[in-house]
Amino acid sequence: MKPSFWHRVDRFARDLTPFALTLMLLVINAIPFHIPGFAQVAPLLPLIGIYFWAVYRPDLMPAAAVFLIGILHDFLSGLPVGVSALIFLVVLGAALAQRSFFFGKSFIIVWLGFMMVAGGALTLEWFLLSIFVGDLVHARSAIYQFGLTAAVFPFLAWLFTRWQLAFLQVD
Amino acid sequence: MNDRERSISRIAAPVRTFAQKFAYIGLIVAAAALMLVGKMEPAAFERARAQVTDAIAPILDAVSRPLDYIHDAVGEGKSLLALREENARLRIAQDHLLQWQAIARKLETENKALRDLLNFVPAVGTETVSARVIGDSGGAFARTMILSAGSREGVRKGQAVITGAGLIGRVQEVGLRSSRLLLLADLNSRVPVVIESSRVRGVVAGTNGETLRLVHLPPDVVAAPGDRIVTSGHGGALPPGIPVGIVAAVGEAGIEVEPFVDPARLEVVQVLDYGLDGIIEFKAGRGNKVK
Repeated sequence: MKPSFWHRVDRFARDLTPFALTLMLLVINAIPFHIPGFAQVAPLLPLIGIYFWAVYRPDLMPAAAVFLIGILHDFLSGLPVGVSALIFLVVLGAALAQRSFFFGKSFIIVWLGFMMVAGGALTLEWFLLSIFVGDLVHARSAIYQFGLTAAVFPFLAWLFTRWQLAFLQVD
Repeated sequence: MNDRERSISRIAAPVRTFAQKFAYIGLIVAAAALMLVGKMEPAAFERARAQVTDAIAPILDAVSRPLDYIHDAVGEGKSLLALREENARLRIAQDHLLQWQAIARKLETENKALRDLLNFVPAVGTETVSARVIGDSGGAFARTMILSAGSREGVRKGQAVITGAGLIGRVQEVGLRSSRLLLLADLNSRVPVVIESSRVRGVVAGTNGETLRLVHLPPDVVAAPGDRIVTSGHGGALPPGIPVGIVAAVGEAGIEVEPFVDPARLEVVQVLDYGLDGIIEFKAGRGNKVK
């Protein structure tokens, strides 16, 4: 039976939410919290969104969406355009490659996988920017940023899991 | 599923994965190409950047207001607790300041008399625009902020952004209702300065770290820790004499300057309209290697 028009609209809107939620994380990242030193070490939230959805619902986080999120992140954060896009795409690729391995594994394993990917992503960002500037860039805040991003992951992953159960069940 | 469908899916599936892989690699190449374009032509994405920032500015403005309020309330509470010590400290500070005021008055009259004597041409009048900080770059490798004022309010590219304590940075991009402030600490920040006491010119460069680096000094210039660094006004973009920072350390790695303003707590800043367009310094600023 062919699904009705409204059913398809509803389905489309639901399928759009992983992308929309990740965009929201992008904006949250840009809010000034006025905590000294926090802006530099603030967790890289969009990375969590991309990784989570790439692992659990890769059909809803296509490469084009990741590219768009990356470009918007570059625009908002003042980084050279293309840096985050490239890094987020690499994260997507890494998550897709690890995906079958995570199947049926406990959350701790997924978390560890995220830490590896996030660590690689921030190292790559440091490397790209050092080339871009032509000088070795201070990387200390990136290390703290990595720690905070890894620490926030379980919380957001829990939220996303609830979201997935509530709105994205395959019918 | 009949044979026909099966054979279609047998062909279609690899084609699809191939297409997806192709799209993935294509997007990675596109991202790298964008980086190259941005490196060769720093102004290429300025408009797009300003438009995106402009579009999100209302959201950020709305969200940052309650946060500012909480921040203020917490600050209020803290200052109430420290009222007594604060009072004692201020009394001492006031005595000091009164002495300075006497000196300043004397110097002012003397200065005026000397200027009259020399027919000195005063600097162009400076106007300010006050703006709220509504966005943070939120990253380990970029130091920028989004301000709630844009070309509508008279903000223009290259203008200095200050607080009472000194220079914070300068305007990098301007949208209609928002603008991006490039902080002194950003890797792309270059500000022409002088060492206040010796009047030696140099450039303060951002390092993405807590301190700034003083570069492009003439050879054989000695700077000592404690020297004050102020803007020189060269390039016409910034008014001369805005405090930038203080020399913190002189060593093998160069001269480190500690900025006067810590941008982390800023809620409201002032954008200085000096009446001159800051194009000379700013165009060359982005991404230049400084050693």
